[in-house]
Formats: sequence, C-alpha cells, structure tokens
Amino acid sequence: MAQMTMIQAITDAMRTELKNDENVLVFGEDVGQNGGVFRATEGLQDEFGEERVFDTPLAESGIGGISIGLALTGFRPVPEIQFFGFVYETMDAISGQMARYRYRSGNTQSMPITVRSPFGGGVHTPELHADSLEGLMAQQPGLKVVIPSNPYDAKGLLIQSIRDNDPVIFLEHMKLYRSFREEVPEEEYTIELGKAEVKKEGTDVTLIAYGAMVHSCLKAAEELENDGVSAEVIDLRTVAPVDYETILKSVEKTNRAVVVQEAQKQAGIASNVVSEIQEKAILHLEAPVLRVSAPDTVYAFTQAEEVWLPNHNDIVEKVNKVMNF
Amino acid sequence: MFQILNEKGEIVNEDAMPDLSDEDLKEIMKRMVYTRILDQRSIALNRQGRLGFYAPTAGQEASQLGSQFALEKADFILPGYRDVPQLIWHGLPLTKAFLFSRGHFQGNQMPEGVNAVSPQIIIGAQITQAAGVGLGFKKRKEDAIAITYTGDGGASQGDFYEGLNFAGAFGAQTVFVVQNNRFAISVPVEKQSAAQTIAQKAVAAGIEGIQVDGMDVLAVYAATKEARKRAVDGEGPTLIETLTYRYGPHTMAGDDPTRYRTEDMDSDWEKKDPIVRFRTFLESKDLWSEEEENEVIEQAKADVKAAIKEADNTPKQKVTDLMENMYEELPSNLQEQYEEYKEKESK
Repeated sequence: MAQMTMIQAITDAMRTELKNDENVLVFGEDVGQNGGVFRATEGLQDEFGEERVFDTPLAESGIGGISIGLALTGFRPVPEIQFFGFVYETMDAISGQMARYRYRSGNTQSMPITVRSPFGGGVHTPELHADSLEGLMAQQPGLKVVIPSNPYDAKGLLIQSIRDNDPVIFLEHMKLYRSFREEVPEEEYTIELGKAEVKKEGTDVTLIAYGAMVHSCLKAAEELENDGVSAEVIDLRTVAPVDYETILKSVEKTNRAVVVQEAQKQAGIASNVVSEIQEKAILHLEAPVLRVSAPDTVYAFTQAEEVWLPNHNDIVEKVNKVMNF
Repeated sequence: MFQILNEKGEIVNEDAMPDLSDEDLKEIMKRMVYTRILDQRSIALNRQGRLGFYAPTAGQEASQLGSQFALEKADFILPGYRDVPQLIWHGLPLTKAFLFSRGHFQGNQMPEGVNAVSPQIIIGAQITQAAGVGLGFKKRKEDAIAITYTGDGGASQGDFYEGLNFAGAFGAQTVFVVQNNRFAISVPVEKQSAAQTIAQKAVAAGIEGIQVDGMDVLAVYAATKEARKRAVDGEGPTLIETLTYRYGPHTMAGDDPTRYRTEDMDSDWEKKDPIVRFRTFLESKDLWSEEEENEVIEQAKADVKAAIKEADNTPKQKVTDLMENMYEELPSNLQEQYEEYKEKESK
C-alpha cells in the first residue's frame, strides 16, 4: 500500500495498463514529455516510449477522430481532453461517432476508448475549464460516464474503464486531484463500472452525489449528525448508467432523499435520479426528492465561484426541508 | 491537372501510363459498366420504394473505381455516403449495400476480411478517423493504407483540415480523396472557397496534393497507386482531388438539379463520360466489344435482382436486436428495457 493523491492513483492506473496491454496508447495535448498539464501522465513517455505515450496537434476533434481510427486497427486508446469545457470541439467524435460504432456496425466493430478529462470548480480556473458537462455525455446512448471522488476509486475505476470494450468518459475533478491522500494498493485491482458505493450509512435521509459533492455531503452529514439527523451518503461513481439498485434500497430504508450535483439544475444527472426514484419508490417517500445544484447560469466568473458553487451548507438546508416537509 | 486519357480515349501522357495487364484493363471497364447499371437500377428501385437512402454515382465511376482498383485487400476504406461502389468492389455483398440503403443494421456488418466501415453520414468525420487508421497501420508496420473519400463541400469542414494535418504530423499511411463534382447539393464549389484548387489545401498540412482528371480512370488509378506507395514507404499522406461530375441528383430524397445546373453544363460533362472514353480506348486496343459490355449489363441486372430479393428475405429488426448491439454487456438501464421489449416481442 502507498499513500497517493488522486492524480497519482490515475497515473498509476495508466502505468498498470500500459504495462499489461501493449495495445494501450496514451495521447493528447502535452501528455508526452511534459507529463500532462496536471502531471497525470508524468514519467509515462520515459517508461514506455513515444510510440505508446505521445503528444498530438492542438485539435480536440482530431484527437477524437484518431482515437476511433486507432481503435479500428486494434489499439486501446486512452486520449486526454485537456479540460472538459473543450469537449464541444469533439462532440461529434465522441457522441456522434465512437458511442455509436458498435451499434452502427451491427456489433462487428467496437471502440475500447477511455477519454480522460479534468473538470470541476473551486480552483479558480479561467473560462470553460471547470464546467460540469457530464449531463451531455450521460444523454448519449453508447457511452459510460465515470466520475471518481477519491484516489482508491480513481485507480480501480480507471483500470476497469481502460479494459472496458466500449467507450468510457472518465471525468477527473480538478479540486480532488491533490486535496488529500489515501491508501491505494500498489498492485492492480478493478472496481466494476455502474456500481455506487455507500460512503456512510444512515437511517433518516439518503444523500446521492458524485465527484467533489461527495465530500460536501460527508461534511453535511457530520453536521446533521450533531442535529440528530442520520444521513446515508451514496457516491454514484458512475453517472451513466446509474446504480439505481443501491439508491432504491437506501431510499426504501430512509424514505427521504436529496440528490446533490455541482452542475447547474438544468444540467447534470440529478433529474434522472429523481425521476427513477419517483417511478420506483414513490410509496416509500415521506417527502419529495429535492435537488442541490448550481444556479442555471453560465459557469461563474472566477471570483464568484464561492457564492455560486453548491456547498455543504446548501445540502444541510435542503435536508432540513426534506426532514420538515 | 494530371491526365492520361483524354476525352477522345487517346493516351496523352505515355510516361505516366500505369502498369496494367489487358485483363486488368478489361476488369476496370467491367466494373465501371456494372456500377453504372447498378446506379440506374438503384434509382429505379428507390423510385419504386424498394430502396431507401440513395446518393447517385453515375459520372463518378472513374473516380470511385479507379482509386479502389489501386488498393490491396489489406487496405481500409472509410467511405462517405456516396461511396458505396468502392465498398462493393472491396468485398461488401450487394445485398448488404441495399440493406444499408433501406436502414437495416445487417447492411453495416462488414464480412470478415472486408476492411472498411459503413458509409459516413457526418461529412468530415471519416477524415480524422482515416488519419487514425493510417497511424495505426504505421504503428503496426503494416503494408496497408487507409483511404477515405469526401466531396468538394466536405473540404470546407474543420475535420477535413484536422484529418490532413494530423496525418501529416504523424506520417500516417493515409490517402485522402476529394471527389470534386462541383456541387455540394446546390452550392457550387466556387462558393466553398476562394482557393483555385482543392488539391492545394494539402499545402496547409504540409503534405502532397495532386489534382487529377476524375473522369479518367487511368489517371485516378495511377495517382492512387503512387499515393499508396508513398504512404507505405513512409513518405506520408497524400491528398488527391478528382475533378468529376454527378449526372444525377445529390440524393434521391427530393433534390432537383435543374434548379441549380444548366443543361449546357450537364451536356459538357456528359462528353467527358469516363465510360465512353475508356471504351474507345479499349476498343482501339481490341480489348472490348459490344457483346462483352452486354454480358456485364445482363450480369449486373441479374445480380441486382437476386440481391434485392435476398434483402427482402432478411428478418425484420427487433428492438432487442438494437439493444444487443449497443454494448458488449448490457448496462442496467438496458437490461430492464430489454426485458420489457422481449415481453412485447413475444406477443
């Protein structure tokens, strides 16, 4: 075991898969000698050579396109989009193309591609770096969307994503890259995609979150505990497909739920979760399922992040509403 | 413009004459005639409602088949939506081509060993993907290229430039063909760009570019053969612009070319017909006869008839089929929906 930050765990996962499978290729803008703008690919080109880990021209659509072409010749591409706000440049390659290849070819061609990309607020980035756009990806049939909240999950989920024979969008929250360390096994291990994890057990209300909001929920749960409210916190880990089994089991126990996301209310995936709960567990509910999310504006100017991003206070407030409904 | 055979069927560039046997020359002619008949029959079948989406190909036989004839079996084709003939001559059964037209997933299932993807509808997407396939071949040190096709309108897309530029930067084993038939639906090529040629757009990517008489099958073949050789020899990708013309409408979905083309223009280009000039050339060498041509025509008609019948007999698609083709393993949401539809389909 070693103490790792999430970024180190991500590097470790890529190193593991580069070693395991000669078809794995890591590429993107500045991921080679530079080791990535966040050092996610540090040392990988030295270890595996330029044939395996390489820089590309500055063009996200081209990166998406060559990923598809490399997959058609039997490779297992792990491209990086430097910041997920730049996904618009490559929406066709991702949603219009790689997501559809298995289907359009009648299950004769597949796209074992893992698109890695950082996103997320709270670190004062310039425009279109921090936007939460997982909702766009989650709406596209043919993709899986994974968002880890800690180093241990990041490694196991990334290895599993790379091994998956269908395209996976792997979103890495920038604020979580180096915010804490935890024990991560040095050997390889995997975490199944599409499986949520109960981070904290509780009996009064279910908090469903992903990414940085998992930590805000845990903080809120601590405060709520002091007020005598026992919150169960679920980390989705995969936002498409969502593990509704774990959610419904929890809601049937607590009879109350709040879904928490960093994305704007009209974006993200919280509405999907609310819909599924009301379809499947309405008779178990003591109160409506509420959402914590950012306001429906464009992502905040840097200096306004603090007042704009949802935080643990917003969560406590919503839980109190649900408890006192 | 690179040309070997003029409109009268005379060799005007003896030095560039490709090394083709008499049998090869006859085979090329056979394919062009067959494809012209296939186009005529496809238009008729579309009008009868027995085919769906169809983008006419008449006029582009030299451009489409001359370039395909220069390929090896190992080469990978990334076609646009008008490039079904190249797929057929690369090994896609006619029945599947018809199923693609109708909208059936079995039409897109490439048989084992047919290196291609189904026709790309998003104009430009095939270009960046072809750069990736060509890079893959380079990494695997394979004696194979990726070849991709787009039209004159397609050369205005961002993905067109990105694909050429990536292929150049990586030395990918890719050949890009722009079939300049002068119109993108109703928009003439002059409205796409102020560039005098499309071939010169290769300069922006630092790669080779060549403009070819796209009504001259020998020139198209020679240019593609040369580009293929350069690619596998590690000399980088090539952009080939073929100057060609479509005699029919853009697609069979209601486009009316009389709204944007003149009769004079049509008849000028009909004089350049790739089949007419190649027939004259072959006849002058005593390699072709009316009898042989009629045999090809009858064969094509019989094949079309048999293929459409086979397409008719293909089982209808079920929602559960579509679901099964989405992922290697059904995710939880689809598992649930699969059960629902399985139930519906059993009734």
